[in-house]
Amino acid sequence: MSFIISTHINYYFICRRKLWLFTHGIHMEHESDLVYEGRMIGEVSYTDRSKKYTEIEIMGSKIDYYDPNRKIVHEVKKSDQMEIAHEWQVKYYIWLLKQSGIEDVEGILEYPKMKIKKKVILTEEDENTLKQIVKDIELIINQKSCPPCIHKKYCHSCSYFDFCYIIE
Amino acid sequence: MKKSYYLFNPGRMSRKDNTLKFTPVDEEGNEGVPKYIPVESVNNLFCFGSMDANSSLFNFLGKQQILVHFFDYYEHYTGSFFPKDYLLSGKVLIAQAEHYLQPEKRMSLATRFVEAAAFNMLKNLRYYDNRGKETGIQIEKIESYLNQIPFAETVDSLMGIEGNIRMSYYEAFDIIINEFEMGNRTMQPPSNEVNALISFVNMLCYTLCLDMIYHTQLNPTISFLHEPGERRFSLALDIAEVFKPVLVDRLIFSLLNKRQLSDADFDKNLQYCLLKESGKKTVIEAWEAKLNETIKHRSLKRSVSYKHLVKLECYKLVKHIMGVEEYKPFKAWW
Repeated sequence: MSFIISTHINYYFICRRKLWLFTHGIHMEHESDLVYEGRMIGEVSYTDRSKKYTEIEIMGSKIDYYDPNRKIVHEVKKSDQMEIAHEWQVKYYIWLLKQSGIEDVEGILEYPKMKIKKKVILTEEDENTLKQIVKDIELIINQKSCPPCIHKKYCHSCSYFDFCYIIE
Repeated sequence: MKKSYYLFNPGRMSRKDNTLKFTPVDEEGNEGVPKYIPVESVNNLFCFGSMDANSSLFNFLGKQQILVHFFDYYEHYTGSFFPKDYLLSGKVLIAQAEHYLQPEKRMSLATRFVEAAAFNMLKNLRYYDNRGKETGIQIEKIESYLNQIPFAETVDSLMGIEGNIRMSYYEAFDIIINEFEMGNRTMQPPSNEVNALISFVNMLCYTLCLDMIYHTQLNPTISFLHEPGERRFSLALDIAEVFKPVLVDRLIFSLLNKRQLSDADFDKNLQYCLLKESGKKTVIEAWEAKLNETIKHRSLKRSVSYKHLVKLECYKLVKHIMGVEEYKPFKAWW
């Protein structure tokens, strides 16, 4: 039994093809300078936080910073271009925590490069939506064939770009 | 930008904090001034000279996913240090094995490799034919062998056709190359300069393919045209077939016809002919320049290096075996 992890939620909003490929073990993130940059931003921003906050893993999903005293999930991202995907990723964390008995958690989405912070909460309606999202994700990843390319502008900055668009 | 390091001089390679340290050692065993190589700049190492190293170096290289290729005194490739796979995908591996095990699926891939290789060879021959080198006979021969491919029922017979194509192709080398005679293709050991060059650059091409495979989910031992496990990492041999005409042969023609290499760069003996160190250095420099050359890619609509083309080929193979998209091998379109 493998978990639906927060990466799945994130990719669900960005690209279903990427979601399918990722689940089938085709990982490309190591190829991308942008992914590397994102990781570096996560590592070098808020360096004093590492001691106070805890990295936790819950049902296969890794939460980089969880503050158990104030019950806050922190998620650091490079830019808010994919904000919807980020929001649902954080909502999913809160939901996972709730399922393991930790209630009233809030999330903060942080974009240190843009100096923006956004609060994220999980409503009852969101929970129902997440249930539906998880069902959708299971359908997509169990699909026999790979979903087609989406031909979006942001494909160009995706680590799967070469993989998806190389034809001959 | 990561690059390849070619080690010709004897010495000791070691780990120094998070850097590589190379200390040259002369014949009397005297240590020279050490050279430091930042590990982030290293793509892979090629050892031509004798290198001293310990396990802590290899543990370090393994963690950094750096491959090391070894060559003996006679320039033969002897093997690679191949760090633990870091891109494991059970699903890709199973699909890859399935494409080997099912004869139709295997033939379909094997055929594409042979066809693309032949297409790229013809491209070279036509180029020279248009420039007054009469390679028409060889072009015709290869075309007639190509017509036999659809009738090949087994990989063995396909390999036979591939052998014939390559033999006709090599016949044209004496027409294309001005100063040197090649005669028959001889490998172990190479009998003359052209044969020595082909062997040496083919080996560079093989290690390039191996490096690229390592950085994908493909397993290097499961191949389709060559028999798996038959010598080395046979998937690298499959992929190299497609690229040898474009990368290896064009380089050889240009090195010899532009007189970048001369008699003095070869070590000749009654039995064999090998590149001297000076020759190897010239070849490697030209090889590296070739790999970094870029072309505007038709489907990606951006410039990609020749080196990256090989990685893209691996992606296409992954897509094919995962049923995402049929494999269209690289055929030089310009």
